[in-house]
Amino acid sequence: MKFAVLVFPGSNCDIDMYHAIKDELGEEVEFVWHSETDLSNFDGILVPGGFSYGDYLRCGAMANQSNIMSEVKKAAEAGKPVLGVCNGFQILTEAGLLPGALLRNKNLKFMCRPVQLKVENNSTLFTSQYEQGEVITVPIAHGEGNYYCDEETLERLKENNQIVFTYSGENPNGSLEDIAGIINERGNVLGMMPHPERAVDALVGGADGLKLFKSIVKQWRENHVNN
Amino acid sequence: MKKVKIYVTLRESILDPQGSAVKGSLVKMGYDEVEDLRIGKYLELTIGDTEKDIDTIVKEMCEKVLTNVVIEDYRYEVEEAN
Repeated sequence: MKFAVLVFPGSNCDIDMYHAIKDELGEEVEFVWHSETDLSNFDGILVPGGFSYGDYLRCGAMANQSNIMSEVKKAAEAGKPVLGVCNGFQILTEAGLLPGALLRNKNLKFMCRPVQLKVENNSTLFTSQYEQGEVITVPIAHGEGNYYCDEETLERLKENNQIVFTYSGENPNGSLEDIAGIINERGNVLGMMPHPERAVDALVGGADGLKLFKSIVKQWRENHVNN
Repeated sequence: MKKVKIYVTLRESILDPQGSAVKGSLVKMGYDEVEDLRIGKYLELTIGDTEKDIDTIVKEMCEKVLTNVVIEDYRYEVEEAN
């Protein structure tokens, strides 16, 4: 399986993401600069964290105007897995690929530490390797991770089981219903504030994030290897 | 040439923790008549002579990129500029 890691000016988790895929998962991966205009050769799209365009105007707003984003939308429409982490999640909401928006943390602080997440839905292509209700430890690193959407959208998220991860125990940023990660209705675009790509090695901060990437690969293999 | 002044604020339904913190400071300073404070953004555009309808393009710019309508409201004023 071949992954693309998008790179915007100001991305800073792109190398972590690359490392997770190449060294820990053992799959193919390439960096793709934001001005590129083709993602058709890739099977999965990873939108990494960071501060694209310095978070000027709003986090994710400028990145959403990049050339590559129309390709990301095409990939999402084609049903390819698209994962946005942290700033990547913010970009996907700005792009309208996921509902809602990320506001400033309620306590106005930049939070950087491991948190506990509960897997609320393990029947997605991103979470099949987790147990339903499993509590995992994954780091967060954000100042604007306070998920917000209107009531109608929240109802829809609940009805369709689109809330994939919630903060377990303490909610670090004030997000609605403790939401840490959501998926689109079709089930192929996941956005989350915590960083699974920083939890892929037991020696460095635990390996609870690795199953997320393994889930993606498993689903892809099942769909594409028919022999 | 026109000068467009755009004011962007968080929607009423959304908590503004920054505004609440600043309001807290004002109250502590003795301005306890301050009931609410909300922080927003101010953008000033200078727009050259154009055939395009100014309201149409300002609204387009606001809704496509300058604001996020999920969480923000905006209003604007157009002035003649020299």
